[in-house]
Formats: sequence, C-alpha cells, structure tokens
Amino acid sequence: MLEQTVQIVSNERDTDLYFRLVVRAPEIAPLIQPGQFAHIRVLPMSDALLRRPFSIYQVTADGFSILYKAVGKGTEVLTRMRCGEELNVIAPLGHGFTVQQKTGSVPLLVAGGYGMAAMYLLAERSPQKGIVFVGGRRRVDILCEKEFRALGWDVRVATEDGSQGERGLVTQPLLAELRRDIINRKLFACGPTPMLRAVGRIADEFNVPAELSMDEHMCCGVGVCLTCVIPVKAGGHWEYQRTCTEGPVFDSRQVLWEPAA
Amino acid sequence: MNLSVRIGSLTLQNPVTVASGTFGYGVEYARLLDLNQLGAVVVKGIRLGAVHGNPTPRTVEVASGLINAIGLQGPGVDGFIEKYWPFLSGLKVPTIINIWGTTVEEYAEVARRFDALGGVGALELNVSCPNIKEGGSHFGTDCKLLSQVVAACRKATTLPLITKMSPNVVNIAPYAKAAEESGSDALAVTNSYPAMAIDIESRKPKLANVTGGLTGPCIKPIAIKLVWDAAQAVKIPIIGMGGIQTAADAIEFMIAGATAVAVGTANFYEPQTALQVIGGIRGFMQRHGLADVREITGSVRVN
Repeated sequence: MLEQTVQIVSNERDTDLYFRLVVRAPEIAPLIQPGQFAHIRVLPMSDALLRRPFSIYQVTADGFSILYKAVGKGTEVLTRMRCGEELNVIAPLGHGFTVQQKTGSVPLLVAGGYGMAAMYLLAERSPQKGIVFVGGRRRVDILCEKEFRALGWDVRVATEDGSQGERGLVTQPLLAELRRDIINRKLFACGPTPMLRAVGRIADEFNVPAELSMDEHMCCGVGVCLTCVIPVKAGGHWEYQRTCTEGPVFDSRQVLWEPAA
Repeated sequence: MNLSVRIGSLTLQNPVTVASGTFGYGVEYARLLDLNQLGAVVVKGIRLGAVHGNPTPRTVEVASGLINAIGLQGPGVDGFIEKYWPFLSGLKVPTIINIWGTTVEEYAEVARRFDALGGVGALELNVSCPNIKEGGSHFGTDCKLLSQVVAACRKATTLPLITKMSPNVVNIAPYAKAAEESGSDALAVTNSYPAMAIDIESRKPKLANVTGGLTGPCIKPIAIKLVWDAAQAVKIPIIGMGGIQTAADAIEFMIAGATAVAVGTANFYEPQTALQVIGGIRGFMQRHGLADVREITGSVRVN
C-alpha cells in the first residue's frame, strides 16, 4: 500500500455514463492483486472531502486503470479531468480474490454491470480459463466483454431488457451452467448486493465455493473509521468486519447478510 | 525551537495529536506515516467489553464535513490489550487511550485496568459520544454526572486524565470547571456535533442510526469558539480539535487557548495531515520569531 500523487494518462468515455481512467503509477502497479481497489482523492473537489474507492481494472508495468460510472459528485468531477492532471491515490487496498492454482477448480465469474472490471485481473491471472456471466439492465451496462473474450474466456451476457444476450438476470445462465455441470467449479462474484446475495444462495444450494466482493459504502478505506463493515460469522459468534481491510472479498459462507439479533 | 508541551504529567514532543476514532489503533496508519513524529497517538474508545457498534450506513459525507454514527465498535479492554497493545507499547510516542462506560463504575474499572497495564501515556474520558444510547454524552451534558465520572477515574488511576467535552451544552464553562475541579488534568474540546442528513427521494435518514455526530472543516469556527470559552473558564491545558486540515487551522486553535491540538476527520482523506501540521507550526514559529510553541497558546488579541 502506497500513498502517491499520480498523473492521468487518459480518461475516456466507454459507453453511456461509463468512463475508463488510466493513471501512471509504476510503483503501485506491481503490488496489485486481483480484486483490490484504489482509494482516490479527486483534488479539485472543494467541499466533498472524502476519497472515492474504485476497483482496479487493468494493470500494466506502468500503471493501472479503473472503469467507473458517473453517478455522484466525485465521479462527475472525475469525468472532467484530463490527461496530465493529478490525482492522489492510496493503493492497492483490501483483501482480493484468490487466484486459482493450476490444478484448481474451473472459475465461474459472475458480474453485475461494471463489477466485471473488478474481475478482469482475476481472469487474466487465472491459469485456467473459465466462464464469465455478466448481467446488466441494458446493452450499455455490459462493459468489458471484448476484453474477456480476448483472454480466451467464454462470456455469457444477460440483460434485463433483452437488448443483449439472454433476457433476464445474470443468475439464469449461471443456474443453467451449474445444472449442466458442478464438478470442480468455483464462483467469484462482484456486483450489486442483491446479486451477490443471490450468488451466495446459489453457491449454498449447489454446494460450490464462492468468493464475493462485497459492496459497502466506504470512508477512510484503510481500516480506521469502521464505516464499511458487514456482519460476518466468526467462530460461534458474529462480528462486523471491514470491507476495506478484511474484504472486499469474503467467502460467501462467512457472510451473514443481516446483523444477528 | 521548543515544540514540546505538557498535558498533566505527560510531555508531548510536539502539540499535534490525532482525534480518537479517526486513527484506529495506530497500526492501520503505520504503513502510511511515521507515527513516532506525532505528539501522541490517540486510539478509538474502549469500554470493558467488546462492542458491535451500529448497523450501516454509519457515515455520510456532507458539505465540508462528515456525519458519523459508528457506535464505538471496539474490542473491549482485553481485546485491545491482546491485539493492539504490543504494537502501541513499542512506539516512542505516548499512547492516549480513550475510554468510556455505561456507568460511573465501568469508567473507573476501565481506568484501573489501564493503570495496571503500565506504559499508557494518558486516559481520555469520552463523556461526549452522541451515538450510543447509554453512556457517552449522557455523562458529558450533566455537570453532576460529569464530576462523578472524572472523580471516580481520578481515584482509580494516577495517569493523566483528559476529559473529552461535549459541544452540546448551552455554556461549556461550568462543565469545564466541573472536570477541572474533579481532578481532570486537561480537556479535549470538542467532540462531534449532533447532526442529521436525509435522502429527499426516499425520505429516509442517511444514517441507520438516524442521527450522528458532525465533524470536519465545517465545524471549525464553532469549535474555536468553544476552545476560547473553555480557556476562559479553566487553568488546565486544552487539546483543541474540530476540522483541522492545515497548520493554520491548528495555530488558530492554539491562539484561541489550546495547548495542543488533534487532527480528526482529515485523517480519513489525507493521512499525512498531522505531519504536515507539525511542519507548518515550525514554519509559523520561524516566521514570527517564536522560540517556544507555548507562546502561541491563548495569545488571541481581543481588543
């Protein structure tokens, strides 16, 4: 983990409200593991003080990229930043996905919208190619299909309006695949909480392991403030654990979904 | 150039500390900054037993500030000693432990436990957390209860006691005096201000706890005024805090009457802030030809 002021290499619109931002960060790049995030301070914001966490998308020797959606104050300011401008970054942060051993299970990735970006590095570094299931509301929400195909992965798309791939939720093609074959499969998921919960239930039902990248509102990003906690089973009890430090990736069997009474 | 200050029997190498709850247990920031350059490390509030804390969302960003309702999640005295004390006791700078309880007896018991531990720099009595139902600000907004808590802790330990004051009172002076008279060695002014934020589309509060405590640069001018008020009322040193982002902010608190300061919410977005503040205080002293940082304290020129 390093704190550095880094330069923007490019910041371009992908589709709709989605942007790809590339920064030059040669010291941070080699430290990055799949599923980790960067905590970015968008310096031009005056009255919004906090850093914004972004999953890391692609990594090169020189730097890394993020894929983000302009949804709020921070990301809107970010869309207006240009090549050569600076951002302050603390990265890489968090406990990410487990990269499979050569003899390990066949990875099945489940992504909701731009959650797919957070899983690119996992696919790239996985010794065996698997299937990535990606879901979104519309065609524009399906983002890095081409990049996953270029890695030699099978991509199965579902959109709620049927504008691309199967019509419906991402869990449908996932269920179909698991019904076909569950031997030696492992699930990895990143996306909105209802999707993660559904994937957790499916993992339970088919008795396959699953790693979930949990989405909880973050503040400091380094384990200090205790904002981003989720209830997790610990021994015979439960406790709040930090998605920025113990997570964002948790074993689905650990996740409680609701605090115990 | 002397930067050291005294808080009771405790000497700080410089007047810049961190605010409890914004710095975890120190170890989390050890990879991002040299903790041994701080005046002191102040850890998150500890009570006797472990605490789950509040449900999420626990914080919300507002204009130039943050509202939090963490609910004092923590490992309890035993968990703290086991998990964090080996690291903290190895630091060259003192650790100030923020303690709380739901009864006067619990405060005293926690104070006794940390007194017995050995090596603790000071105890900060949290009588001002707005986010828990029992304890917290309940003790800080009632002069009689406040006196009882401070007196009970005074009996339980010889460690320097810092009382962390609630801003949620009409006039801080009688509370400040009550803490001083009951044996507090210093005051920490101030904790967060009770606050609320609502999502206008869903009409739901933005915090699961409904209300929380406001911190960050937006509270600085009111915190400066509280420090000024408290400084008029007591002779014991004051640790000033509330929205410090720069050395200029810290110096303003000192001019208002603070002997030391604490960087709080800024740690969340810029972990280097405290170190930058120390450097900036040195620069200010050079510019103004000051040999001793204590010359700044209470130097406000009113009329």
